[in-house]
Amino acid sequence: MTPALVLERITCTFVSRQDRSKRYTAVRETTLVVAPGEFVSVVGPTGCGKSTLLNIAAGLLQPSAGEVRVVGERLIGTNTKAGYLFQSDALMPWRNAIDNITAGLEFRGISKEAARAQGEEWLKRVGLSGFGDRYPHQLSGGMRKRISLAQTLILSPQILLMDEPFSALDVQTRQLMENELLELWSADRKSVVFITHDLEEAIALADRVVVLSAGPETHPIGEYRIDILRPRDVAEVRLTPRFLELHAEIWHAMKDEVLKGYAQQRQ
Amino acid sequence: MRSNGNNLVLRFWQVLLLVGMFVAWHVLTVPGIVPPFYFDDPHKAPFFFGEPLKVLSRIWDWFIGGEIYRHLWVTLIETLLAFIIGTVFGVAIGIWLALAPLASAICDPYVKALNAMPRVILAPIFFVWFGLGMASKVALGVTLVFFIVFFNVYQGVREVSPVVLANARMLGASRGQLLRYVYLPSAMSWVFASLHNSVGLAFVGAVVGEYLGSSEGVGYLIHQAEGVFDINTVFAGILVLTAFALALDMVVTLVEKKLLVWQPRGGETERI
Repeated sequence: MTPALVLERITCTFVSRQDRSKRYTAVRETTLVVAPGEFVSVVGPTGCGKSTLLNIAAGLLQPSAGEVRVVGERLIGTNTKAGYLFQSDALMPWRNAIDNITAGLEFRGISKEAARAQGEEWLKRVGLSGFGDRYPHQLSGGMRKRISLAQTLILSPQILLMDEPFSALDVQTRQLMENELLELWSADRKSVVFITHDLEEAIALADRVVVLSAGPETHPIGEYRIDILRPRDVAEVRLTPRFLELHAEIWHAMKDEVLKGYAQQRQ
Repeated sequence: MRSNGNNLVLRFWQVLLLVGMFVAWHVLTVPGIVPPFYFDDPHKAPFFFGEPLKVLSRIWDWFIGGEIYRHLWVTLIETLLAFIIGTVFGVAIGIWLALAPLASAICDPYVKALNAMPRVILAPIFFVWFGLGMASKVALGVTLVFFIVFFNVYQGVREVSPVVLANARMLGASRGQLLRYVYLPSAMSWVFASLHNSVGLAFVGAVVGEYLGSSEGVGYLIHQAEGVFDINTVFAGILVLTAFALALDMVVTLVEKKLLVWQPRGGETERI
């Protein structure tokens, strides 16, 4: 089967605008393959270039070397088969909830009535029916994340790219959102690349966890298949022996990189 | 309830202040009430400062006789045209320069120079180009409004959140759609934030233009009266203009409230 997403030998070097001799290689020679319907979590220490990798997969950033293939085709421009859930608030503040959800449909030229009907449907699915006329600033962080999720999923992208989407939420809201995400995902099994620095979150959600080294020149240093049965409850799964075993194993591999990343940030 | 009561007290003092000022004006100017203490002749004070009763009766005559409406109408139309044209140009050029860094870098010193120039001085040129009718006043107002709007739009487009922009791109927005659905609304929020300023300056442009040369408008009335040393009519014109500007400002506040519903306001934020 053709993989949904292939990042092949991606290198990404940033050049300082003021001084062209100053360069920073965020990602080096990284290969990542995501199968159709697979949920992949990518973990790594803070500042290791995880977001860079995701932006390249989204086509928002051009790699310095290497190739991105989406369902077998080379990616040029933005990745139209992918939906992107950002870490920070990405809703348009001047549009109310329902208009934010239907924005993508509107961009595709779908009629207002049809878009609205679908939007209401999704509003219900993320548990916010009746909140359609609220503006983003009138909603809590968790609600805004739900709207973002609906905004992305309404276009039913084949690939879902998520950049620490729940990192700004409190622990309870976060677990609720993680469960909701798993439920929505299991309905039609999209390919997911989920970036996080939280190993527990990564294991609880994913089929496979990819561990990245500390930056600069980030590259994968390990891959772990998560053979915990679905459906999972993210709060309960954390207490199972298999989870703890996997956690210990991956943490052992990650620990040195985390310390390295920490040391670099303190400099 | 309490705040309502406070409001009434506040209003009372505000009205009292106004009445007090008129009384002081009356007492100090009408000959024979207080002995002259600055001018040697008791008729010089009303000559320079007018008499409030005559001023008010002049305003009364204007509105009853209906003479003022034509002039107010002309001033209003000039103000609105200057505001609309200035805003359209400001938005268009602001967005263009904000999205074209090279053009922006080239134009930068000229924009700064044009903005620094005292633009009222352009009035004679506009009279030559557009005649003494409404067009020259509108042109003067446009030069004033344009820069306010331009700088706000430029800033607004520059400060569009990169995440919102990237999100819109991922949702499939084309370049044109980004302009219409992201850059423009973001820029417009800055335009609305400067609405009071830009409408006020459009008004200034219209009135100053009328004052410098015209045959209609409130500025023209004032200029005419000044020509025959009719100080009471000058003050009447000023009072009418002030009231008019206040009314305009209230309309702007109403429009603003309607258009900026999506912006959080202190104390109004509703969280669920």
